[in-house]
Amino acid sequence: MIASVTSGGFQTTVQDCGRTRLRKFGVTPGGALDSVSLRLANLVVGNSECMAGLECTSGRLQLQFDCERLISWAGDEFKVQVGKELVPSLHCARVSADAILEISPKRAGRIWLAVSGGIDAPEILGSRSTDLRAHFGGWQGRALREGDELPLGSESKLCARIRAALLERVSDWSAPRFVSRKRFLRVIRGKNWDDDTGAKLLAQKFRVAMNSDRMGLRLEGGELVSTNPPELVSEAVVPGTIQLPRSGAPVVLLGDCQTIGGYPKIAHVITVDLGYAAQLQPLDEVRFELIELEQARDLLRERERDVALFRAGLEARFG
Amino acid sequence: MTFHPLGDSALTIDFADESPDRERLLARALSVAGALEGANIPGVIDVTSAYESVAVFFDPARIERDVEEKIRAFVASAGIRVSRKRRRIEIPACYDADFALDLARVEAETNLLVDAIIALHSSSEYTVACIGFVPGFPFLAGLSEKLRVPRLESPRTRVPAGSVAIANAQAGIYPFESPGGWNVIGRTPLRLFDAKAQSPALLHAGDRVRFRRITRQEFEMRVKENSK
Repeated sequence: MIASVTSGGFQTTVQDCGRTRLRKFGVTPGGALDSVSLRLANLVVGNSECMAGLECTSGRLQLQFDCERLISWAGDEFKVQVGKELVPSLHCARVSADAILEISPKRAGRIWLAVSGGIDAPEILGSRSTDLRAHFGGWQGRALREGDELPLGSESKLCARIRAALLERVSDWSAPRFVSRKRFLRVIRGKNWDDDTGAKLLAQKFRVAMNSDRMGLRLEGGELVSTNPPELVSEAVVPGTIQLPRSGAPVVLLGDCQTIGGYPKIAHVITVDLGYAAQLQPLDEVRFELIELEQARDLLRERERDVALFRAGLEARFG
Repeated sequence: MTFHPLGDSALTIDFADESPDRERLLARALSVAGALEGANIPGVIDVTSAYESVAVFFDPARIERDVEEKIRAFVASAGIRVSRKRRRIEIPACYDADFALDLARVEAETNLLVDAIIALHSSSEYTVACIGFVPGFPFLAGLSEKLRVPRLESPRTRVPAGSVAIANAQAGIYPFESPGGWNVIGRTPLRLFDAKAQSPALLHAGDRVRFRRITRQEFEMRVKENSK
């Protein structure tokens, strides 16, 4: 039960929902930058939500399985094909043994691919996620390469039932899509928010800089938000935190960010918009919109309710 | 003690207004973090501490409306003692010229001779204020005032694993090869982080640390032992 990588793509990594309870040792939570996309794709193929899948970044990824598997994917606009047949996002598709699964971007971005049974990479510190910075987890602590052979886990009973109900190669049903496609990232105030700096953050259009990665989006724009902000006593930061380093150009931290930081925390991107943040690529434009903490939490509760509803519906139909 | 949202799924408790004494604040943060970890408050999935603050992380799928009130009440309640058992850990360090990449810079900045720099660095007792930057990297408080040297103008892209370094008021150790801007003055043969170990980080926040000067020969011997 193996997935052979015949083309590794660019920065393709094994990711699940990340690590918890290890921040005190400096271990980043990591995991799929858009965990909801991975969770939904997993549900569609009958996996439990946080099984390990692949995070694919711009670049052509090609896989072959040695046994039939179900796949699903979610995220940005990518072309996903089994042989010559297109698989739309959040649909369930059957990939026969030795068929070629090819994933290529229509524009730069990220997607998350789930395979029934999950990618059975060794669990390290409670997760199968790749920590690229510390070189552990996932597949040998690194991005995939041509020639890698990834072990696949055993399928659940639900996988088998979903497969049995598939009439064609691709399902006629799909999971709902939650990622907002607005040009705004919604933020709440951070500990070091002040109205002047905040107003500049909200008024400007920023551009994602080239040196952005899984750790963070470095932003550049016409005018800096602040010149020479102070360095503070270091304290915890989280994915979504918008830091203002010495340069005055903001950085939006993403899933692989460090656990503590000493730069002012001017604002935080809300959790439900982290999936959108994960799609932003160098040269993309980004703007911020301020909302209140309770609104952010309501949106999060609403999203979790929607995921739970989909899960319940799926179990009712195939369980 | 002040509370601040840290995004929508975590909060920071800042103790800075309780005392001007940094050591007291660190002890306070460590004890509150320890107590919160043991408190099993529903919906709390992680707790960390840094110099003078504690961060509490919530399960984003179930943030209860009164979770902040519960944490506030718990921290305000009397049950938290400042004293905690501290581990004492000795770090062998070799200050050989091959490893001490920035010793010349530190000499120039401090007007001290190499032997004096090494003596000052290896005679202080440090406290691990927190672990961060990369997994297992200890931020050590307690560096001699005489050894305060700013960070490098432009950071190195590759600092070797085990590098013992100083910057401003802090000392630290790089667990593996990574970029970094601190002044490197030696190297330890110890492994500071092992993802496959039960307890992955050698050092924990609150530990007391001392450096013991070792020879190049002892360093090479320890490295050989590690690779067995």
